[in-house]
Amino acid sequence: MAQTTRREFMLGEGSGTGGGPQNLHVGVGPAHPAMHGIIRIVTELDGETLVKADVEIGYLHRAFEKDCEQGGWNNAIPFTDRLNYVSPLINNFGYASAVEKLLDIDVTERCKYIRVIMSEISRICDHLTCVGASAMELGAFTVFLYMIKAREFLWELVEDVTGARLTISYGRVGGVKADLPEGFADKTLHAFKQTREVLDEVHRLLTGNRIFMDRMVGVGALSREETVGYAITGPLLRAVGVPYDVRRAQPYYVYDRLEFEIPTQKDGDNYSRYLVRMAEMEQSMRIAEQALAAIPSGPINVDFEGRPIDPAAYVDRGKQGKTEGLLLIPITLSPNLQGQQRAAYGRVNVEDKRVVLPPKETAYGSIEGLMNHFMLIMEGYGIRPPAGEAYFPVEGANGELGFYVVSDGSDRPYRVRCRPPCLPPLAALHRMIVGEMVADMIPTFGSVNMIGGELDR
Amino acid sequence: MGVGGFFTSKLDEAIGWARKYSIFQYPFVTACCGMEYMATACSHYDIDRFGAGLPRFSPRQADVLFVVGTISHKMAPVLKRIYDQMTEPKWVVAFGVCTCTGGFYDNYATVMGIDTIIPVDIYIPGCPPRPESVIDGLMKLQDKITAQVQRY
Amino acid sequence: MAILDELRRRFGDAIVETDEHRGDLTAVVARDALLAVLAHCRHEAALAFDVLMDLTAVDYQKFPGREDGPRFEVVYHLYSIARNHRLRLKVRVDEDDAHVPTAMTLWPIANWLEREVWDMFGVRFDGHPDLRRLLLYEEFVGHPLRKDYPINRRQPLIGPAS
Repeated sequence: MAQTTRREFMLGEGSGTGGGPQNLHVGVGPAHPAMHGIIRIVTELDGETLVKADVEIGYLHRAFEKDCEQGGWNNAIPFTDRLNYVSPLINNFGYASAVEKLLDIDVTERCKYIRVIMSEISRICDHLTCVGASAMELGAFTVFLYMIKAREFLWELVEDVTGARLTISYGRVGGVKADLPEGFADKTLHAFKQTREVLDEVHRLLTGNRIFMDRMVGVGALSREETVGYAITGPLLRAVGVPYDVRRAQPYYVYDRLEFEIPTQKDGDNYSRYLVRMAEMEQSMRIAEQALAAIPSGPINVDFEGRPIDPAAYVDRGKQGKTEGLLLIPITLSPNLQGQQRAAYGRVNVEDKRVVLPPKETAYGSIEGLMNHFMLIMEGYGIRPPAGEAYFPVEGANGELGFYVVSDGSDRPYRVRCRPPCLPPLAALHRMIVGEMVADMIPTFGSVNMIGGELDR
Repeated sequence: MGVGGFFTSKLDEAIGWARKYSIFQYPFVTACCGMEYMATACSHYDIDRFGAGLPRFSPRQADVLFVVGTISHKMAPVLKRIYDQMTEPKWVVAFGVCTCTGGFYDNYATVMGIDTIIPVDIYIPGCPPRPESVIDGLMKLQDKITAQVQRY
Repeated sequence: MAILDELRRRFGDAIVETDEHRGDLTAVVARDALLAVLAHCRHEAALAFDVLMDLTAVDYQKFPGREDGPRFEVVYHLYSIARNHRLRLKVRVDEDDAHVPTAMTLWPIANWLEREVWDMFGVRFDGHPDLRRLLLYEEFVGHPLRKDYPINRRQPLIGPAS
């Protein structure tokens, strides 16, 4: 290779020294100002055009799959929160459903509805963050502020139900941690109204915006064949016109009973992905509204005189050892985060002694309940699915989120594998950005919605 | 203490007061905590009220390094380099329990607390910390900035 | 079941084992026939598995009853968008002979997924052009998802070791 002068090295082709084309190698990331995630893209530039890109990931590898093998089956749930930390509820339910599939149990009707509602709220949060952050990277800071404001409304709902804003650990094998709180439906509808206002504003700010369209239309496009070949699912697949959605293709929970559309676009560029995400948020709200209207409440527990049972008094009696007669009443209480201060509906979690802790009053009130509690909590006992394996896909915010679990019949998962919806788009990222300008890398990276926890696990 | 000493300590106070309200932070966002960092930085919690509203995405223009999220062994050299690139005076905030101690990621991939790599001024625990505790941590940092002997 | 019957009929002894458990179809394939089976699944119009949903491995070293058998199982999850069906293919390999043919020619996504399996389990993929570690760094010694790798054996690049 001919000796190059320093000037030529810095400026590349056209620097006037007559040394011929000189490509410039630039490492972008892992801590890059305009990228909300830690990956490294080693690029080769010809002037301002990307001629080669090598994407390197793994900067947030936290040994999720190894960690899951260490504790009990339910102990993996906090780790699943931190996979896709923008929509942790979907991860929780996906993992719990995979284990339920292994155990061959069917969760209760009310629980299915709760899972649907919470998943959809999570999906909206995810899309809000994705669109907001990628708009911010294009300079539309207002949009980001608006979107985070809307997300805050939804997080308040999530906090009401789960007790935490982000890392919620709400799913359980066989059900959920707690029932929905009182007045949840009204609050949700109110939050959706506010979210819709925000989305309206964002539509007006972005969808027809000249600058935004210049940066997004036709940029980062991927053909239909390549999208399928790279196993890309979710909004990116729907942006090339393939209406694949796990909720429709292989319905789980109660999605087959709810009406919703699968928004698609044809071009497969960043703008199509943006449109798909915006339309999906509306559909998610539609699903959640229908589910809230249809959710079965179940019977309220009554005592022998037909009065609703006051759960607090009930538990108190059990704690004092006055268990006589208590167990004659079929116990269906399920506490929510407000404690046991209200009459509860029929149980949310399945009545399966193998997986679900008994209600507190049974644990306190009867030896069987106590034994059951003990058998689920103690080291070496716990949930013990039969030896075997199961794969359960759910529709995550970024595409198909699958959990492949292998059990050896003990109380610990033998292997937990998460099929990360983020990884395929990142594997295809070099196909999207090569041949385009350096600046186009940023909106493309924003539109694939890379989530480190899930990508690197 | 003579007149000179009185003068320097007053100057120190004045500079500390000015510095505490012009925190230019470098958010080194890696993981989940970034979501709460976004929430804190945006309109609901608005850290601009504390003079920390402008993130600087260049270490050379930043005073405070916010290490937000789990640091893996693969990422550790990058963090060290960014810390070294920052100019004095500089402070480091460990945001979230992963940066404080490694949290529950006690495994082969994760650094057990960033203080094994770089010095840390303020620890904000929580997984992730709520915006309120972030603001609390920020105010503690402000106290620390005012109270310390200023280098200039 | 029709899919498994079809595979058995076509490949005979190369299909070591089939199983339908909780609605998941599984076929264990001999390594020599793996590429042919995968290509058949990909191209045969009745199967049309155009998406390689997942590729991973399981280390059976400490699985009760399978300690002496082949150590690794490489697992392929296939999905067909057109036909809307799924299939799980598995191939068993020994530790000292841990390599399988690459599926990159059929599905480009196999590139990264195979790199991840190499990184985590140390199973090689013959014909892979660029078998580097995907998630960990080059200085890392060993393959952490193997059952005999202790979870807290750290190999820091800088800073103290524990």
